[in-house]
Amino acid sequence: MREQIADALKGHEADYIEIHFEQSQSTGMVYQGNRLEEIGRTSVRGGNVRALARGSWGFASFDGFDGLREKAALAVMEARLAGGGDAWFSPAGAVVDKVSWSPRKYASSVMLASKKQLLDNYNDIILSSPGIQSSAINYRDVQRTTIFANSDGSYIEQEKPDLSLRIAAIASGAGKVRQAGLSLGSRGDFTEIEGLDDQVRDVARRAEALLYAPQLKGGEYTVVLDPVLAGVFTHEAFGHLSESDFVYQNKELRQLMTLGRRFGDKGLNIVDDATIPGLRGSYKYDDEGTPGAKTYLIHEGILVGRLHSRETASRMGEAPTGNARAINYLFPPIVRMTNTFIEPGGSSFADMLSEIKEGVYVKDWYGGMTSLEMFTFSSGEAYMVRNGKVEELLSSLVLTGNVFTTLANIDAIGDDLEMNQGGGCGKGGQSPLPVSNGSPHIRIQHCLVGGK
Amino acid sequence: MEGLLSRAKMKVQQAEVFSVSSRETTVHFEANQLKQVHSKESVMKVLRIMKDGRIGLAAGNGTGDSAALLDMAIETSQFGIPVDFQFPALGSYPEVDTFDSRVEKIATERMIELGRELVSRVSGHSPRLLCDAEIVKSMHTIGIANSQGCRMSYNKSIFAMGVEGMLVKDTDMLFVGEDESSCRLSAGVDILVERVIRQLDLAARSAAVSTKVLPVVFTPHAIASAFMVPLSSAFNGKLVHEGASALKGKLGNQVFDRKLSLWDDATVEYGVGSRPCDDEGVPSQRISLIDKGVVSHFLYDLHTAALAGTRSTGNGGRGGGGFPKPDPTSLIIGEGDVSLESMVAGMKEGLVVEHLIGGGQGDALSGDFGGNVLLGYKVENGEMIGRVKDTMVAGNVYRDLREIVLGDKARWVGGSLRTPWIYCPRISVSAKGS
Repeated sequence: MREQIADALKGHEADYIEIHFEQSQSTGMVYQGNRLEEIGRTSVRGGNVRALARGSWGFASFDGFDGLREKAALAVMEARLAGGGDAWFSPAGAVVDKVSWSPRKYASSVMLASKKQLLDNYNDIILSSPGIQSSAINYRDVQRTTIFANSDGSYIEQEKPDLSLRIAAIASGAGKVRQAGLSLGSRGDFTEIEGLDDQVRDVARRAEALLYAPQLKGGEYTVVLDPVLAGVFTHEAFGHLSESDFVYQNKELRQLMTLGRRFGDKGLNIVDDATIPGLRGSYKYDDEGTPGAKTYLIHEGILVGRLHSRETASRMGEAPTGNARAINYLFPPIVRMTNTFIEPGGSSFADMLSEIKEGVYVKDWYGGMTSLEMFTFSSGEAYMVRNGKVEELLSSLVLTGNVFTTLANIDAIGDDLEMNQGGGCGKGGQSPLPVSNGSPHIRIQHCLVGGK
Repeated sequence: MEGLLSRAKMKVQQAEVFSVSSRETTVHFEANQLKQVHSKESVMKVLRIMKDGRIGLAAGNGTGDSAALLDMAIETSQFGIPVDFQFPALGSYPEVDTFDSRVEKIATERMIELGRELVSRVSGHSPRLLCDAEIVKSMHTIGIANSQGCRMSYNKSIFAMGVEGMLVKDTDMLFVGEDESSCRLSAGVDILVERVIRQLDLAARSAAVSTKVLPVVFTPHAIASAFMVPLSSAFNGKLVHEGASALKGKLGNQVFDRKLSLWDDATVEYGVGSRPCDDEGVPSQRISLIDKGVVSHFLYDLHTAALAGTRSTGNGGRGGGGFPKPDPTSLIIGEGDVSLESMVAGMKEGLVVEHLIGGGQGDALSGDFGGNVLLGYKVENGEMIGRVKDTMVAGNVYRDLREIVLGDKARWVGGSLRTPWIYCPRISVSAKGS
């Protein structure tokens, strides 16, 4: 294989060529109510060639492994057709490596019957809970191996398994339908989704309680976010803005994102780190062969770094950070986050609450989205806070903010960092990419909340 | 396909092969410049079987051998859901236009020219605007064959153009954008350019809104992101059967404003979702979902229909692979008789919402919608006076679509929804600093 690839890369009129191959086997299960509606397996083999010539990119993806040389020629031809751009690439040395990964219990080797047994059990817990009308469970595990090779002489094989599980309980009553959910994920480790009976029971209980939860009046509130929702906030509110492909060609945005600009209080530290073992966003090399790294984005409230591909790094005169990722071989790598989190501070959750006269405590998530400046994210659970006490449950809330003011409005950071492995990130039509995010409890002043 | 089917027939009671082969070319502009030309070629083959009354499924991208696919499908069928329905025999299918040979023939060079024209005309209007744009053509061959005699195959072409502009001034970011897609080759970039320039002009000034209940006009884009997520779930036959849809038991009931009619039409000329049959081989048709405010039908695939004791509406969609699900094709909201101008002219104070972000993040089953107004205009005394920021809208389709006014001109959004502007008299608006 290696020789075949090296051969296909030779002799093209291009400044740089890279090849990705991928082989994956996945198993998916979907429960809807008391039925295992879907159980299926998928097996995929394919690859792509990306070429840089005359300052522009060509990209060709294909099924199977055949006709590599012609595919390389097609990508080069496309790049030359685009031509006349000013794309360039940070130089990098050749890397030859083979990276394997052994989860404690590899999901793809667990018998189908055992997977079903575990999920049946969770489903039964939900369906036997009071007030529950239905359930929805989505399970997927992927065993994926990739090969990356480029015209610099790199050749990297990596094993990249992934597992995701979303469990939702749907309650109905009082003329209403409400849902609550739980999202989990791991780097292919099945043990991470075992033993969740209590959490699943709690999801069902929450869905039922939401039927009777009043809606908050919209407006500005002091809001305390739990680690899960604060992680989503970190990802949406700041993470995406630190992806340099949004920034590098925009003069105004570059000025706005000048390193050294203050975004928050000196207690605020935001990190993207691909090197933490076992997290869903972790890897040894990104999809351009650059080693994954720990990058401080905000240190003591000040913008100190950003996420790069080899192209954005060269264009901004900074070092690549190993954040070029593609969800699969059908897409070229773009700048993405890995594991993004707020580092712990010194406040306790109790202290954070005690200073609030009237506010909201929000937990867990439905989703989040950003336009860079404006972001929104929605809570799975929300409670009124009065005089330092968490009181009645509210129906789910959509929160919004402006990155330039909201980060500065964080006035307390907890000491209880937790990473959340559920969900996935979408950008440029590539979704869901395995990432994780996290935070301790945080408190935000003047946060805009939508409501009645 | 035939080989796999006859091999399967020896081991299982029923079998079905669904296949999609696609070729796609994209020219991608970034920051006003042509950045990348991108081509994709893929084949997806999905085998669905019924063995001992249970369903099994395996998918591959056309590179694996069919014996392995059959083994995987049989393995999953041991745990598959017990089913009691038959794959359809060869049916009689409506003639539906889904292919334009001009899309197949358009050269990449011509697509580059269209992109350049789009970007230069839009950025020419606002010199500091940076545009990303994409021109995409794709050709698909979709095949459905099953052991009951269905052999159906059709071609589909899709041509899409889109542009997004970003203007940064200090810490203020303005986003504008438009896109269109169809099975037919576009007549040119004029309409897209006009629409984006109108957005830029309306957003040139800024205006403030305070937290209160206001009349709001939702443009087709905003309708797609605010109302369609809750509505699509509500009419999904599977969620109705489960009792997870708030419309369960509401067939024949007046739930929405009498002026509101919504239907799904898989036969609409050159619609991106159009097709002669669905992804299970069931003939396409137009299905009324809301008829003058009355809930009139839900969307079903074969399996869901069997569970609910009804017939498939031809809405089995597989999103390119996997299990079929009840999915809309082209959702269409009937036009009303009020022009956008008079809607706005009648407002003393209100809001026109063009783009929303986070619209699908609420609890869709409850009918809630809401989001941040990415692009929207304040209305004062009948005139759009400027762009609002740091503003949210929130509502519920079951409450806020009971009393509406519909615009007199419908347009397509993203190739999957055709709708006029919709005026809602009382929407809760929250704004920063109030």
